Amino acid sequence: MADPNEVLLKTPLHALHVELGARMVPFSGYDMPVQYPAGILKEHLHTREKAGLFDVSHMGQAFLSGGDPARALERLTPADVIGLKPGLQRYGLLLNDAGTIKDDFMFSRLLGEDALYLVVNAGTKDGDFAYIAKRLEGVATLEPRPDRALFALQGPAAAAVLQRHSPGIDALTFMKVVRCLVAGAPAIVSRSGYTGEDGFEISLEAIHAERVARALLAEPEVLPIGLGARDSLRLEAGLCLYGHDIDETTNPVEAGLVWSIAKRRKLAKDFPAAEKIMDAVFNGTAKKRVGLRPDGRAPAREGSEIVDKSGQIIGRITSGGFGPTLNAPIAMGYIDSAFAADGTEIDLIVRGKPLPARVVPLPFVPHRYRRAI
Amino acid sequence: MTEVRFTDQHEWVRVDGDEATIGITKYAVEQLGDVVFVELPEAGRKVGAGGEAAVVESVKAASEVYAPVGGEVTASNAALAGDPAKVSADPEGEGWFFKLKLADKSELAKLMTAEQYAAFVKGL
Repeated sequence: MADPNEVLLKTPLHALHVELGARMVPFSGYDMPVQYPAGILKEHLHTREKAGLFDVSHMGQAFLSGGDPARALERLTPADVIGLKPGLQRYGLLLNDAGTIKDDFMFSRLLGEDALYLVVNAGTKDGDFAYIAKRLEGVATLEPRPDRALFALQGPAAAAVLQRHSPGIDALTFMKVVRCLVAGAPAIVSRSGYTGEDGFEISLEAIHAERVARALLAEPEVLPIGLGARDSLRLEAGLCLYGHDIDETTNPVEAGLVWSIAKRRKLAKDFPAAEKIMDAVFNGTAKKRVGLRPDGRAPAREGSEIVDKSGQIIGRITSGGFGPTLNAPIAMGYIDSAFAADGTEIDLIVRGKPLPARVVPLPFVPHRYRRAI
Repeated sequence: MTEVRFTDQHEWVRVDGDEATIGITKYAVEQLGDVVFVELPEAGRKVGAGGEAAVVESVKAASEVYAPVGGEVTASNAALAGDPAKVSADPEGEGWFFKLKLADKSELAKLMTAEQYAAFVKGL
């Protein structure tokens, strides 16, 4: 529960959210918009049909510099950082010494720059930054950038919209990143996001944030989107939410995130708890993250038990709710590997009663990223 | 004569003779957001005043709906199963949840009138 005495931080767009009629809620220490007057369903569907603007300025942005920040960062993540070409962005796991997930994050190498640009989760940023700074002390310097705002512009119309404010940006393809001007403001733009749609993440100095947000919101395709729809969009896209689907008890293999461990790193076994993680890669894990589709319309929420047809507990839901695009309930959770095959029929315990459901592949809604051909 | 009363849990109850119709208020719907699912009690079930009687789910969360007064459930609004959005669209009309046969009419006096409820909501 939120502590009523907690002083909530505000993003540079706070006043704009209030002006737009958002319902503000405490989230990761910030006073954030959970929805605007359109409501979560409309905001969600609008993002899939046109474009939505999300304020994600609560997330942690930082630069990692020093002699060889890529080599340094590889001490803490199993991703290929050294091999990341300039102008590209990648997804990584921040591992602790036990090989479980301290956080997941994005890292970029900007053209012509030695420093790496990092974006980490809001709720974990203070811990992450302290961990990275301490563990890389003497080899790299972490510079958090709380002075920067971060937006996501997501949806099939996002490129056409951003093109009007940043001519040429449509040439950027999925997971590429560039410094450019957006509505005249210096920005770091990557073609990525957390909705499964084509779209961009736009980092800019806080002083320009409100003006640029207003310019984007003035476009006829764009609606402001709150954290409620951000969560339902990412769940449909099968993407993990840190603190729910992955945390410091999860290993990357059971989470289905082995794809984020580079081949070179697997061979070299030069990341935290590499022996343990590679053993799981080769020999499997006791449980696995899967998609779940309940029959009927009743959603099954986080924490609901997954049971087999004899009533034996075989797992637990880590994210569950309603998928507006599918107009049906959807969930994600961990299940004993023996039951993880697509199509396996299981029950979810909702309000004490078994609700029939089946294991399905992720994502629930196909990704529509604008990949390079 | 029809009488409408409200609870501090944001249910409404409309009473005609000994039949009570129950739903959730406009304020409740605004707080919940879009309704995507409702679970309703079956006819014949007996509920006490303040007892859990139904569940309403929005995209984000599930919430219990309590019986404002006790009695035996006589009907539930089957139309909501296929179209739960009716709750959001018309919470105090077509979006009713269930009906029950009142056990004790004096329980109504403990609930808020429309004016009292409006003042209560204003203070939240």
